[in-house]
Amino acid sequence: MNTTNRHRAIRHGIKPPDKRCATDSPIETPPLPRKVIIPLRQHQGEAGKPLVKAGDRVLAGQKIAEGEGVLALPIHATVSGFVAGIISFVEPKSGQVEQAVAIDSDGQDEHIKPSACQDPQALSKDEILNRIKEAGVAGLGGAVFPTYRKLAVPAGKIIDALILNGCECEPCLSGDHRLMLEYGKEVLLGLDIIKKLVSPGRVYIAIEDNKADAIDNLRRLISEMSLDFEVVAFKSRYPAGAERLLVKALLGREIPHKGLPLDAGAIVQNVSTARAIFDAVIRGKPLTEQVVTVTGAVNSPKNVMVRLGTPVRDLIEYCGGMAAEADEVVLGGPMTGFAIADLDYPVTKGVRCVLVKEAAATEEKPCIRCGSCLDACPMYLQPFLLARCARSGRYDESCRLQLNQCFECGCCAYVCPAGIPITQYIKMAKRELCRKADGR
Amino acid sequence: MSAQGLLSVSAAPHIKGRSSIPRTMYTVVLALLFPTGAAIYFFGFNAIKVIATSIASTIVTDYLMKKLRGRAFALDGSTVITGLLLALILPPTTPLWMVAVGAFFAIAIAREAFGGLGQNIFNPALAGRAFMQLAFPLAMSTWVMPQGFKPDAVTSATPLGGVTAEPAMLDLFFGKTAGSLGETSVLAILLGGALLIALRIIDWRIPLAYIGTVAVFSLALGEDPLFQILSGGLMLGAFFLATDYVTSPITCWGRVIFGVGAGILTVIIRLYGSLPEGVCFSILIMNALVPVIDSCVKPRPYGLKRAKEAG
Repeated sequence: MNTTNRHRAIRHGIKPPDKRCATDSPIETPPLPRKVIIPLRQHQGEAGKPLVKAGDRVLAGQKIAEGEGVLALPIHATVSGFVAGIISFVEPKSGQVEQAVAIDSDGQDEHIKPSACQDPQALSKDEILNRIKEAGVAGLGGAVFPTYRKLAVPAGKIIDALILNGCECEPCLSGDHRLMLEYGKEVLLGLDIIKKLVSPGRVYIAIEDNKADAIDNLRRLISEMSLDFEVVAFKSRYPAGAERLLVKALLGREIPHKGLPLDAGAIVQNVSTARAIFDAVIRGKPLTEQVVTVTGAVNSPKNVMVRLGTPVRDLIEYCGGMAAEADEVVLGGPMTGFAIADLDYPVTKGVRCVLVKEAAATEEKPCIRCGSCLDACPMYLQPFLLARCARSGRYDESCRLQLNQCFECGCCAYVCPAGIPITQYIKMAKRELCRKADGR
Repeated sequence: MSAQGLLSVSAAPHIKGRSSIPRTMYTVVLALLFPTGAAIYFFGFNAIKVIATSIASTIVTDYLMKKLRGRAFALDGSTVITGLLLALILPPTTPLWMVAVGAFFAIAIAREAFGGLGQNIFNPALAGRAFMQLAFPLAMSTWVMPQGFKPDAVTSATPLGGVTAEPAMLDLFFGKTAGSLGETSVLAILLGGALLIALRIIDWRIPLAYIGTVAVFSLALGEDPLFQILSGGLMLGAFFLATDYVTSPITCWGRVIFGVGAGILTVIIRLYGSLPEGVCFSILIMNALVPVIDSCVKPRPYGLKRAKEAG
């Protein structure tokens, strides 16, 4: 075990004010929701096929939908109770009509018997991957990519580095921070399981330096548990936790164009995903809950352990209700989150923050070519040009300008003095290109 | 919640940095207060009259043009900067009606006719000055020694005119010399420029490349580099005119090329052209080349080997 004193840093990006107001309070467990709504599409890939129908009794942790297609993942009930039915709703991010299983909780919180593993060392790689798949674990850093597929490294691929992402670079989020403080052992054991799966050259844990207590805690645990992990402190900057930037800062190489971290010899996993892997493999527990930071204009911001499918309304109520002037609710962080129109919308896999705020009126002024967006873009693109092309419908040109390299971090729109919603223009251009490609 | 209990829905990102156009523009005005203060100190009432007329004329022109174009008029600081900069590059004894005409040209023709802020190719203050050079050549080459608030001004050639004996370097540095309102006090300009660089409003590469090139190139041609960089409008041009966002390149290396190009042109015009000063036209020529520079000099996107692949 060795530690390094040099703080790594990413280039470009922004430094927003660090307003993480729920950081000092331990994770709380709110009372069970009366009803959960579990969408059948919660991660990248096809929507699941329901295995239950209205009136069925289900237990918490019971599989209620089977995954379809290449990125298949099962979906589980998160409370015990009776299935109220399969409902349709409009998904706010895509605008598409999706289906969900609505379950009325019976308040008993009866779980299926978990298939705990007595001897994890005896499990083969395939058995571990199968447990991860059957538990429905997906990337909880936000991308929600099925974890078993990410960790099924093709034979012959060398992994130089396994990186645990504890940066939590979005302002306002502190769920991973608390997880590293309160569930540090589970996180490290989960990381150890991943290490067994991918056999990396080195294992790094990247944590921003505004979480000094988490850095210290993990270093202490690593030394107690005699693990060979290296905790690397990163200068707090957004988006330090973006995997492309992490890989470049830690390994000194860039993920190739249109490639994955795998192509640069790296695998990146989020702290919460590591804990979910521990639960899946050792405890045999499927993914039914995750830590969510409820913050912003609520009367008592907290970090809460939320059952997936809990309506956002319940969480806001638990945290003291919305402040008087608040009229907008964002799921996800302030830089990349999406606003919801209905408080009964549920918390799904990968939603790590409920941010309540007052809507701000913005006015778009003409671009003054100041170049701030170029200085902020972590992908070294020219955001002002992308916005200009999007506005005038020149989508093919924006493609040539590497529109698809943009991972929508929001830095460009954050710095723009003219208030141009560059990120929104880029998303619009991407959508239009998809529509054209689909022939619509 | 709104009165109907409805939620607002907006797009990410949901937080915004503090920078805004007025904030940036008025910070530049703040930095320009140094050369403005020096102008008033050295040239007294003339300075106050020219500056006031220029700013007032630019604002009135902007208002009229916005009304003509059916756009909203708002004082965001950009018009004030143009008015102030135009005044600072004019001779102190410029008749006020000429100042008003030049200001009108700068805003109405050089900026609004191109589409308003952000769309102009040429630096509006410099375009106004170039127009006045052609329309009022005599007034634009009448210079006076600094007299403060004393009434009688003594006409004199500027140091670059080559007629008077070369003034002491310290006079050039502090501003005890003939010249346009804002260009004489190098000290004041450096203070203002340093403020803008420290606040990261302007890119230090442009003044460094511009001034450095003038020094090196003039030295190579047998001139005194210190004299070349301290006299004329080079300092004011390098820190406040060449650094205008709209009319300079958007990438770092592009800005270096811009500064070097302006430096070479300035020395050539000064030494081999018929005008004593080359800053105004060299920056205007480089302004015209900015689209070419921007299309040739592009950042290399992450993950790609060469910027060329970025289209």
